[in-house]
Amino acid sequence: MSYIPLTVSDLALAALLVLINGGLSLVLHLGLERQLAIATLRMIVQLFLVGLVLTKLFELVSPFWTGLAALAMVAFAGREILARQERRLSGPWAYGLGTGCMLVAAFLVTIFALTTPVNPEPWYHPRYALPLLGMILGNTMTGISLGLHTLTTSLVRDRAAVEARLTLGASRREAMLPVTRAALKSALMPIVNAMAATGLVALPGMMTGQILAGVEPAQAVKYQILIMFLIAGGTGLGATAAVLAGGMRLSDRRHRLRLDRLAAPKAGT
Amino acid sequence: MAALLSVRGVRRPALGPVSFKLRAGECLALKGPSGSGKSLLLRALADLDPNDGEVALAGRSREAMSAPQWRRKVTYLPAEPGWWAETVGAHFPDWPAAEALVLALGLPAEARDWPILRLSTGERQRLALARALLQKPRVLLLDEPTSGLDETMRDKVEALIDDHLAAGGAAIWATHDAAQARRMAKRALVMSLGQVTEQTL
Repeated sequence: MSYIPLTVSDLALAALLVLINGGLSLVLHLGLERQLAIATLRMIVQLFLVGLVLTKLFELVSPFWTGLAALAMVAFAGREILARQERRLSGPWAYGLGTGCMLVAAFLVTIFALTTPVNPEPWYHPRYALPLLGMILGNTMTGISLGLHTLTTSLVRDRAAVEARLTLGASRREAMLPVTRAALKSALMPIVNAMAATGLVALPGMMTGQILAGVEPAQAVKYQILIMFLIAGGTGLGATAAVLAGGMRLSDRRHRLRLDRLAAPKAGT
Repeated sequence: MAALLSVRGVRRPALGPVSFKLRAGECLALKGPSGSGKSLLLRALADLDPNDGEVALAGRSREAMSAPQWRRKVTYLPAEPGWWAETVGAHFPDWPAAEALVLALGLPAEARDWPILRLSTGERQRLALARALLQKPRVLLLDEPTSGLDETMRDKVEALIDDHLAAGGAAIWATHDAAQARRMAKRALVMSLGQVTEQTL
């Protein structure tokens, strides 16, 4: 392994590049310098904190603390799903549905990866569990966000079409099928595109990281392929669950479309 | 004669309670200014929105059957019907069976290949009526079905509904046209602020 450690002065040197951005903003009156400074500081503080937490977790190798960290990651990702919805479900469903589906899908796929292909000792070792969960979570989150977004906005837009089928005696499942399909397609397109473009357009971050850390490219590639499969699985599972559950929530047992279960649109949209 | 559709105490926010009976072969006009709740009532009868009250078809309560079954027998035709596919034909599971109705409504058989996007309001209304009649409902809930039609086409629609009534069906017809209400119905429900009163025409 040929791994080159970085010193603080190395980072300080590289930070000059961000300072150049700040100077550019001042000279060209972009008004970005304040935001840029805050974002840079946030990144530094957040990453150092994560570093500390991970260091501690790796020392402990405790199923309880690892699980807690995993739950915190899911909770943050859930907020992100919520923020990306133009039309939210009303009440606790808004946060609960997307987050719940993401939790189940990401945990199942991560546990599968930890117990079968990767199989560290012990299987919940945070050095493997947390990075794997993070990568699966990030993509599952995007899939669920897109799926729910398409589901709710299409049901509002195509309400007349869905209700036309209901009046002709279709069940809610049949009546919503075109919308359900569109929602699942939009959820799965990013991972399909990512798999098609990987290696040609961009070298994936994780593989690059492993190569920088001295792993043989052939091994890093295998890891990357595994990760893509895991991401595809998590996204498919989570988005399908979220879109189907969302469809159930937006209809009822008498096969009515229940758009009254959407919260009022956000102001300005 | 016993009631084909009996409605007792139907209510939902901004509507009712509404009670009335509709006999087989009868058409009931539904009158009232825009926003008085005509569509709310028709949607409630088709069970498209949550509502309370007893609604029964030929003595059988709507809760005794599944909602899709109920809507095949008590069919709502909205003023602006919805479409889920690109061409007209895709909305008819059995086009040959639909053709006679489509012709009777003054549209050519080639209408099957017409794209929905190019249809006029009147064409949409007539095709949606054909689509609804094909499932042989007992009660038709018509929400201003001739608002986009000229007199000739309007007469064709009225003749088809007359056939439906003569065959033992029933209809509730929301209309702003007093002459049409008198032609089609002997009784009217007049809506005002979600309440109904009965009127003999």
